[in-house]
Amino acid sequence: MVTAEDVWTALAEIPDPEIPVISIVDLGVVKSVEVESGSVRIDFTPTFMGCPALDTMRLAMEAKVAELGATAAVNVRLDDSWSTDDITADGREKLRSAGLAPPTPRPAGKLELTQLQRGFRCPYCGSTSTKLENLFGPTPCRSIRYCDDCRQPFEQFKTI
Amino acid sequence: MSDRTDLLLAVADDELILGWRNSEWTGIAPFLEEDVAFSSIAQNEIGHARALYELAARELGTTADELAFDRRPEEYRSAPLVELRRLEWARTIARHWLYETADEIRLAALKTSDDSEIAGLAAKMDREEAYHRMHAEMWVDRLLASDEGRARLSEAVDELWPYALGVLDNALRPDLHARAQQRLGRTLPHVEPVSRGVHGSELDELLEAMTSVRRSAPAGAQW
Repeated sequence: MVTAEDVWTALAEIPDPEIPVISIVDLGVVKSVEVESGSVRIDFTPTFMGCPALDTMRLAMEAKVAELGATAAVNVRLDDSWSTDDITADGREKLRSAGLAPPTPRPAGKLELTQLQRGFRCPYCGSTSTKLENLFGPTPCRSIRYCDDCRQPFEQFKTI
Repeated sequence: MSDRTDLLLAVADDELILGWRNSEWTGIAPFLEEDVAFSSIAQNEIGHARALYELAARELGTTADELAFDRRPEEYRSAPLVELRRLEWARTIARHWLYETADEIRLAALKTSDDSEIAGLAAKMDREEAYHRMHAEMWVDRLLASDEGRARLSEAVDELWPYALGVLDNALRPDLHARAQQRLGRTLPHVEPVSRGVHGSELDELLEAMTSVRRSAPAGAQW
């Protein structure tokens, strides 16, 4: 009989379709797993609502649970329950190792442009002489930064 | 149609139509960063529209795609502000900033709704919209920094102001008026808003283009 723990372990093997170094569990977007007499209910929330990876992730979760011999009902939650603060410490290091600076922690108050213009650490050389080039990037979840030391543009996961 | 679906469709239509208008800059924005920015903002807005249409569709017994693509032009509830086609930079920035400011006011109200689905969705949208606002404010700063920029922004805001008021219900308009005046450091007139519900030929042309792929396939095609 499949347990919630089995499901969590299986889901931890699903890579984010656009940032495959990190799993959807590391991203913190799987909110809960409930198992009742062989049927699995997964609560899941997208990072950004326009993310085209949403359907891919849902199908991957259903397929993983099917491999365990159970059927999954994936409930997409569209509420305020996820922020980039939910990315695990492990997940943040995986992002960095892939050249993607992890998001800065959410401020208690309103997120201001000046907070994003600070010198975050370059994932390639570690320098903090970096600047914000563009709030927006190649996917909804990324901004573009530039390192003045190693002269390398890099991406940063947006804080939301 | 209930007040709830009417509200959901008004916000969804605003986000879809503005998303389309923003995407018209893809490939032709003044420089690459803005190409990326407007394309990304468009993607977010259309993502919000999808989530809102899905809530409305559940109540109406239809689908998000049918609501987005299959209605007659007169059935769209979008505000005329988002329908205008203005491929000119000062007007694009003015519309972007006016819409995002109005949208912030609207989302703040929706976040306190008794309807937990609407309140939750508004809060999630607002996290993303914060980036649109930072981007719009950055551009307002840039334009206000020079005489020419200030003049061109001012002229664009004058043209769009009655449309901007039309995005919001009566009760929320004074807040937009106060914020816009404070930000620009000038007085804006009390004018008759160009309210949602009346459409011009620009929406017809937009819908013609936006639905062309869907109409080209037989009914029931899976995308």
